[in-house]
Amino acid sequence: MSGISKRFGAVQALTDAELEVYEGEVVALVGDNGAGKSTLIKVIAGVGPADTGEIRWQGRPVHIAKPHDATELGIATVYQDLALADNLDVVANLFLGQERVRGGMLDEVGMERQARELLTSLSVRIPSVRVPAAGLSGGQRQSVAIARSLLGEPRVVLLDEPTAALGVAQTAEVLDLIDTLKARGLGVILISHNLADVRAVADRVVVLRLGRNAGEFRADETSQEQIVQAITGALDNPVTRRSAKKENP
Amino acid sequence: MNLLGTAKARVKSGELGAWPVIIGLVVIWIVFQTLNDRFLTPQNLSNLTLQIAATGTISVGVVLVLLLGEIDLSVGSVAGVAAATLAVLAVRHGWGDVAAMVAVLVLGALIGVLHGTIFAKLGVPAFVVTLAGNIGWQGLQLFLLAPQGTINLPYQGFIANLTHTNLPPAVGWVVGALVVLAYAAAVLVNRRERTAADLPLTPVRQAVVRIVGLAVIVGATVAVLNAWQGVPVALLILVGIVAVIDLVLRRTRYGRNIFAVGGNAEAARRAGINITAIRISVFALASFLAALGGILTASRGYSAGQSTGAGDVLLVAIAAAVIGGVSLFGGRGSTYGALLGSVVLGSITSGMFLLQLESSIRYMITAAVLLAAVILDALSRRGRRSHGRE
Repeated sequence: MSGISKRFGAVQALTDAELEVYEGEVVALVGDNGAGKSTLIKVIAGVGPADTGEIRWQGRPVHIAKPHDATELGIATVYQDLALADNLDVVANLFLGQERVRGGMLDEVGMERQARELLTSLSVRIPSVRVPAAGLSGGQRQSVAIARSLLGEPRVVLLDEPTAALGVAQTAEVLDLIDTLKARGLGVILISHNLADVRAVADRVVVLRLGRNAGEFRADETSQEQIVQAITGALDNPVTRRSAKKENP
Repeated sequence: MNLLGTAKARVKSGELGAWPVIIGLVVIWIVFQTLNDRFLTPQNLSNLTLQIAATGTISVGVVLVLLLGEIDLSVGSVAGVAAATLAVLAVRHGWGDVAAMVAVLVLGALIGVLHGTIFAKLGVPAFVVTLAGNIGWQGLQLFLLAPQGTINLPYQGFIANLTHTNLPPAVGWVVGALVVLAYAAAVLVNRRERTAADLPLTPVRQAVVRIVGLAVIVGATVAVLNAWQGVPVALLILVGIVAVIDLVLRRTRYGRNIFAVGGNAEAARRAGINITAIRISVFALASFLAALGGILTASRGYSAGQSTGAGDVLLVAIAAAVIGGVSLFGGRGSTYGALLGSVVLGSITSGMFLLQLESSIRYMITAAVLLAAVILDALSRRGRRSHGRE
C-alpha cells in the first residue's frame, strides 16, 4: 500500500504512509502513541477506509471499504482486546460466527477435530479444547485468538499488540506462534510497543512518526537505539539521555 | 472410591451442577411427606405436574433471556393478556379454538419483538422496557376483560383438553421408552462419531450411568402418573418444549450465538453475529412462551380472569430458572434447570397447600428458597473465578 492518507476533522492522522508485506515475512509496525499505527491497521482491515491512497494486493489495485472486503482478500485481523467469549469452550470460540453445520445441527465432532489439528499444527498447547476460554492463560487466549484468524485461510495476518499484558513465558509462546505463521508462508504485520519482541521476530521494521513513514530497517542489522531514534525523530531523545545518564552518572 | 474428595473439590471450585438443587428437592419432599402423608401420593404428584406446566413453560422463555444476561419482567402480564385475548376471541367472537390459539401465540411473539426492538435498537435497558410491559400489558388485559372481569371457557374443546387429557397407561410407557431409547441412541451415535474422528471419549461408565439414570427418572415418573390418571398431555408439552429449546441452544448456530452474545457481546459482534437480531428474537421467543403459558393457565382453570398471570407468576418463573442454575450474569444455564426449578417451587406450593398454609407464608418460603439459589449462584461464580474458569 502506498500514499495512504487519512484525516479526522482537523487532524491529519496519516500522510502518504506506505507499508509492504510479502509472503513468509514478519513486518513490525512501530511508532509512538498517536503515530498512526492503529489508523493504518484500520485502513488495511477495512474498519476505517483511507481518504486517499492505493492498496495493491498481489500487484493489482484493490478497494477495501469494509471488514468483509479485507477478509475476502485474505487479510485476517487479531485485535488487541481479545475477542473471546469466556463462557464458551475453545472449539466454540475458534469457530465463533463461522460454525460448521451438518443437517441443521452444529457439527461438533468435525469442529473439534479441525480445532485439534489446527492447534497441534501451530504447536499451541492447551489442556483440552473443551475447557471454557475463561480457564486459559493470557498467552493461550492470544494463541486461540490468532488460531481463529487462520480458519479463513488468510494470506496476511494483522496482529495488534499481541504481547501486551503477557508474562515472559506467555510472550515467548506467542512469539513462537508468530514464527510458525511465518514458516507457513503467511505475511504477518505486527504492531508492538515492545522493541525487544519486535527485534526477536520481525524481518523488517517500519517506523511511523506523526502519520508519516520515518524509516524502514532490517531487524537483524539495526540496533534498538536506531529504531528509538526513528520513533522519536531525534538523536537526542529521552531514551538516549537516560542511558547516557546511567553510563556517566 | 474418592467420591467425597471429588465432591469437596467441586464445591470449592464451583462445579456443582444440579446436585444441590436435587438434594434440596429430596429434602423438601421428605419434609412435606412427614408433615402430610398425602404429599407423595400419585394424585398429588399428578396435580403437581399440571401446576408446573404453565409456569414451567414461561420459565423456559425466561431462561433464554437470562442467557443473554438480560431480564424480562413482563412475562406474567404477557401470559395474562394472552389468556384474556384467547377468551375474548374464542368466547366473545366465536373463533375456533385452534385459530384463537395461533392468533394469541402470534400476538405473544409480536409483543416480544416490540420489547426486543426497543431494547436492542434504541438501547433502553431491558429491565425498564419489560417493566413498562409488565404494567402496560396487564392494563390491556383488564381492558379486554371489562366489563365482566372474567370470561369462562367451555369445558369441552381443544383449549380445555390441553390440560385435561391424560395418555392411556400403555401409551405413557411407550412414550417414556421412546424418550430413553432416543437418548441412548444419541449417546451411542455421538460415541461412534468421536471414535471415528479419533477424538477422546468420556468413560463408558459415565454414559451408562446417565442412560440408566434417565431411565429410572422417566420410569418412576410414568409409573407414578399411571397410578393416578396417566401421563398428562400438559406435562408432555412442557417437557417437549424444554427438550426442543435445549437442542436449539446446544446444537444449532442460533443457540451458540445466544450463548456468545450472553458471554461477550462485543466478541460476538466482531465475529459477524447480528447481535440485534439475536436479542430481538430471544425476547420474541420469551413472550411467545409466556403467551403459551397463559393459554395453559386459562385451559387449566377453564377461564381467563383479571388475576391470570398476575401475582407471583413472574416471580415464580424467574425464580424457577435461577433455582435451576441459570446464571443471572448471562451465558450459563439450561432449560432443564427451569424444569427442575419449577418442580422445586411447585413442590413447595403443593406441600403448603396440603398443609393449608396461608399464601403469605408461601411467599416468604419461596423467597427464602430463591435467595438461597441466588447466593449459591454468586458463590459458585466466585469459585469458578478463583479457579480461573470465568
